[in-house]
Amino acid sequence: MDKPFALELDGLVVRYGKGCPLCTDSAQALQRNRCPRCGSIWAVRDISLRVREGEILGVVGESGSGKSTLMRALYLDSQPTAGGYYLGRYHDGKTNIYSISLQQRKYIRSHLLGMVYQNPHLGLRMFFSAGANVAEKLIAAGNRNVRSMMNRTGTLLEHIEVPLGRLKEPPVNFSGGMQQRLQIAKAVANNPPVLLLDEVTTGLDLSVQARVLDLVKRIQREFGVTMIVVSHDLAVVRMLAGRTVVMLDGRIIEQGITDQILEDPRHIYTQTLVNSLL
Amino acid sequence: MKNYNFAFLDESSKRAVRRALLKAVAIPGYQVPFGSRELPIGRGWGTGGIQITLSIIGKKDILKVIDQGSDDSVNAISIRSFVRAATGVRTTTDSQEATLIQTRHRIPEIPLRGDQILVLQVPLPEPLRMVEPLESVTKRMHAEMDYAPIWLALYENIVRSGDIELGADYPVMVENRYIMMPSPIPRFDNPKLHKSPALHLFGAGREKKIYALPPYTDVRSLCFEDYPFRVEDMSGRVCRLCGAKDVFMDEFFDPASGKRLYQCSDSGYCEKRKENQPRG
Repeated sequence: MDKPFALELDGLVVRYGKGCPLCTDSAQALQRNRCPRCGSIWAVRDISLRVREGEILGVVGESGSGKSTLMRALYLDSQPTAGGYYLGRYHDGKTNIYSISLQQRKYIRSHLLGMVYQNPHLGLRMFFSAGANVAEKLIAAGNRNVRSMMNRTGTLLEHIEVPLGRLKEPPVNFSGGMQQRLQIAKAVANNPPVLLLDEVTTGLDLSVQARVLDLVKRIQREFGVTMIVVSHDLAVVRMLAGRTVVMLDGRIIEQGITDQILEDPRHIYTQTLVNSLL
Repeated sequence: MKNYNFAFLDESSKRAVRRALLKAVAIPGYQVPFGSRELPIGRGWGTGGIQITLSIIGKKDILKVIDQGSDDSVNAISIRSFVRAATGVRTTTDSQEATLIQTRHRIPEIPLRGDQILVLQVPLPEPLRMVEPLESVTKRMHAEMDYAPIWLALYENIVRSGDIELGADYPVMVENRYIMMPSPIPRFDNPKLHKSPALHLFGAGREKKIYALPPYTDVRSLCFEDYPFRVEDMSGRVCRLCGAKDVFMDEFFDPASGKRLYQCSDSGYCEKRKENQPRG
């Protein structure tokens, strides 16, 4: 009945701190996402997701709701406390990626995933040239041919409308919008089947936002990439995502078709969120 | 030196260094931490090499000490006389006569044999240090073979200047597993490491690391498919003393004639060639 899934999460939990019997046994005891007794933060609580191939899933929620923690776990930057993570392109989605070796995870990161961080400083080497930043992904995937990598980075930079003349410049010299577009070029360098975008447009002015979103749309149309798009900006999610989940205090409180959620929100928090649109 | 133990170090210290050496030989290219001992010279002045030499030297060994190719520099002479005073072993400048050779920044021109050991002094053993300052992180990167940042640094070099500009200490891949610093030998000497019949031991006294290349180890200098590894070009250079070609040359400038002059960097090799030449 199901279309092939690109990505599946099963009961993802990310806890910062040791945890104690109180917060481990009953989620009700938590104050928002913090345990009043041991002070542990339950950043992500029991999240299960299934994203079909070529689908764009939006993730919205207020600051501190666990969106970025979720993305970091998806990009294998951190080891979650519990949960299963399956990619359709890895062992036919039968192997839990959180249980495999770090070397294998490295392979998945460089071949099957692309990530755009909210903060470009996390995703780029600020003092390496723009070209080398994009090539890093190619090198990690085993490319050892300078000419082919230079050609590929040239094509990608053209795609993201960064002038080729700035190929040798380090991204520390770039504007915020250019840095963000450079991150996108890096993330898609290997044509990964899954792309993770964490607040790609935050902090950019409206005209630049539009260009970045255009770029994302074009990538999705041309390559049929599966995407998870995190944003606190509902307009971004409305434009990009077919389906949306709403997070609050580390949990999914509502999910469904994006239009439906935005037009007819059920959860009281989502109603507040939608109504607070300026 | 009568009041000191044979080879200066006490027996348990020598055993500790040998244990590290055994582990290093068992895992070619892997950096084994060891408790670097105090010596009568400062760390970073060849103490890693000296500790290895002192730990493995026996009474029948014949020792040669090289400093940047030369047997006659202050460092080479001091280390040679120190080891001689502490052990009483015979020393030589002939790399073929020596059974044990300690060296800084050069490998002898004449290929080494299986019954010889080359001890190299290492200032900076960690190839990942240029991209990652934390030791805890570089250890994990070695474990995961996360070497992309090194390749990236080489790539960046090509993007910016059109070529890989590393001179000495050009990183090598050992047995397709560990990337290793060959110590600051010129690129010219890198190919000599590959499948060498001799045992190569590397000691970094200040950084407290020992690593090794057992005989016939696969050692390849890093390169890209379209930017193959190249050694320094010595073509057209002739040694002014012995007339040798195709060896690593030191360059001199003669202000009187305004010409560049060349001379073998390996002084033991040069001396030997001169001896064998008929005197005119």
